[in-house]
Amino acid sequence: MAELFTLPVLVGILYSGIRLATPYLFAAIGETFAQRSGVLNLGVEGIMLMGAFSGFYVGMKTGSPWLGLLAAAVVGILMGLLMSFISITMQAEQGISGIGLHLFGLGLSSLLFKTTMGGVESIEGFKAVRIPLLADIPYVGESLFNHNLLVYAAFLLVPLSTWVLNKTTLGLKIRAVGQNPQAADTLGVNVTRVRYFCVCLGGMLAGIAGASLSIALINLFQENMTNGMGFIAVALVYFGGWRPLGVMGGALLFSFVNAFQLWIQVKGINIPSDFAIMMPYVLTILALAFATKRAQGPAALSKPYERGEN
Amino acid sequence: MNSKFSRIVVLIVLAAMLVAGCAPQATEVPSTVFKVAIVMPSSITDMAFSQSMYEGLKKVQAEMGGESAMEIAYSENMFKVPDAAAAIRDYASKGYNLVIAHGSQYGTSLQQIAPDFPKTAFAWGTSLDTFQAEGINNVFAYQAEAQEGGYVLGVVAAMMSKSNIIGETGPVDAGDAKLYIEGFQKGVLATKPDAQVSVTYTGSFSDVSLMATAAETHIAAGADMLTGSSQSVVGAIGICKDKGAFWFGTQWDQTSLAPEAVIASQVYDWTGIIKDMIASVKAGVMGGKGYTLTFKNGGLVIAYNPAITVPAEVKAAADAAIAAINDGAIAP
Repeated sequence: MAELFTLPVLVGILYSGIRLATPYLFAAIGETFAQRSGVLNLGVEGIMLMGAFSGFYVGMKTGSPWLGLLAAAVVGILMGLLMSFISITMQAEQGISGIGLHLFGLGLSSLLFKTTMGGVESIEGFKAVRIPLLADIPYVGESLFNHNLLVYAAFLLVPLSTWVLNKTTLGLKIRAVGQNPQAADTLGVNVTRVRYFCVCLGGMLAGIAGASLSIALINLFQENMTNGMGFIAVALVYFGGWRPLGVMGGALLFSFVNAFQLWIQVKGINIPSDFAIMMPYVLTILALAFATKRAQGPAALSKPYERGEN
Repeated sequence: MNSKFSRIVVLIVLAAMLVAGCAPQATEVPSTVFKVAIVMPSSITDMAFSQSMYEGLKKVQAEMGGESAMEIAYSENMFKVPDAAAAIRDYASKGYNLVIAHGSQYGTSLQQIAPDFPKTAFAWGTSLDTFQAEGINNVFAYQAEAQEGGYVLGVVAAMMSKSNIIGETGPVDAGDAKLYIEGFQKGVLATKPDAQVSVTYTGSFSDVSLMATAAETHIAAGADMLTGSSQSVVGAIGICKDKGAFWFGTQWDQTSLAPEAVIASQVYDWTGIIKDMIASVKAGVMGGKGYTLTFKNGGLVIAYNPAITVPAEVKAAADAAIAAINDGAIAP
C-alpha cells in the first residue's frame, strides 16, 4: 500500500483527475444553470455527443480546433433551443423530453459519423499550454498548469458561474424564475426568456463538454464516446447542491478516485480489479449519503410555467 | 394533458425512428441468395471485435460474387442483451440462413432462440459451446485464440522496450480480453523475465475516456510499450501518440489511428470460418462445429506497421514464437 503514496503517484493522480473532471465540469455547470432556472434537462448526454461529433468534424475539415469548438458551441445551443421549445413553450414533461433528446443526439451523431466519416480517425486537437512560472512550482506545477486551454476554461467557469448566479441581476432573475416563477413574473421578469437562455447556455456548455473530449483530451470521435458522462453530470448537479463549487467538488472527487483506482491496479496492489472499478461510484454515493448539509433544489424544478395558473 | 401526452409520444416515436434508422433494415430478396445477419455489441467501425467480423463478411461476400450471391444485414451497438435477443429472433423469423450473435454475452439468449428456428443456422462467439450437449444442433461457435497473438506481440514489446516496464489495459477480466492480456504478459516475461508488466481493467468496453486515463497512468508509471483490448482502446492509442509511447493492437489493425505509435497488431481474419459455416449450411449441416482462430489455420495474422522499423532480430524472434506455437512447443 505504501508504494501508492509516493510523489510520482500523487502527481499522476492530480494530472489525470483534472483531465477526467473537465468534461463533467462543462456539462454539469451548464446543467446547473438550466436547473436553477427550473428546467431539468436529462438530454445532456445527447447534446455532448452532438458537440463531440460536430467539434471533431469541423476541426478535422478546417484543421482548426477553434472552429471545431465554435461548431460544438453552436450545435449545443441549437440542441438547447430544441429542448427549450419542447419543455418550455410546448410544456412537455421535462424528464421524458430530455430522454428523447438524448436518444436523438445518440442516433443523429452516430448517423452523421457513419455517413460523413465511416471510420475512427484522430486529429490534432488543442495542444497543452504550459503556463510559465506557475508550471515551475515544484511537484504540483506540471500537474496543474500544463494542460490544454479547455481544461483551464472548465475550471475558470466555476468562479465565473458562481459570480453570475450570486452577484448579478441575471443571476437573481435565474434564481427567482427557478424558485418562484409566478412572483418573478409579477415583478416583470420574462420567465420564458430566462429559461430559454439558461437551457441554451446549458446546451452550449454540454456541446463544449463533448468537444473537450473529441478535440482536446482524446482527439477522436467514436460512436457513443461519452458513455454515460452526461447522466453523471446531471447527478453531479444534485451532488453539488446546485452550486458550481459543489459541482466541482463532486466532479473532482469522482475523477480523483477514478485516477486513484487505476494506480492501484498499475501498482499491482492485490485487490480484484472489479473492486477498484467500483470505488469512484461507491465513494460518491457514500459522500452523498453522509453529507450533513442537505441542499434544497430550486422549488420550481421540472415544473412548466404557465401564466395565470395557480 | 392529452395533447401534452401526444406531443411526448410523437417525440419518442421520432427519436426511436432516428435511432432505428441507423440500423440498415433487410429488404426482401429472392431465396437463392445466401442471407447472413449479424448482431454485434459495438459498431462496424469500432477498430476492434465487431469490425473484424464485419469486414470478414464483406470479404467473403466479394469472393462469392457480391450482393446477388450473399446478403449481409447487421444490427450494431446492441450492448443490451434483450435488444440483441429481439434482433436475433427477428432475423431468424425473416428467413436468414445464418444468424451470427457476435458476443459471448448473447449465449444464453441464443440457447433459447435456436430451437425455435430449426431451419436457421446460428453462430456465436467467443465461445466453443455449440449447445449440442443440450440437444441443439443448429448452433456454431467460434473463438479467437487471442493469447497466441498476445504472446507474439509480448515478445516484440519486451525486445523493443527500453524501460522494461510494459502496460496492459483491458475492459473486463474475462473472455477474449483476458486471453489476450495474459498471453501478452507470458510473451513479455518469457523474453525478459525481469520486465515489469502492469495490468489495468476499466470495467467498460466503451469508456474511451477512462481507457485514455489508464494509458496515461501506465506511461506515468514508466511504461514505454502498451497494449489493450476492446473498442475503447482508441482513447489509449491517442495518449500513446501524444506521450511518445508505443502501442500494440489486437482484433483489428489499429495502425491507421496513430502511424507513429502503433508498432504491430494482431488481426482477426474470420473469412475461413465464415466460408466453412456457409459451406456447411449449404450442405445441410446447421451447427455443431466449434471453430478457433489460430496462427496455424491462418485466422490470426500479425500486421506490422510499415512506418515503424522493427529490427530484423525482433521480427525473427516473433516468427520463431509463431512457429513454436504452431508446433506446440509453446502453449501461451
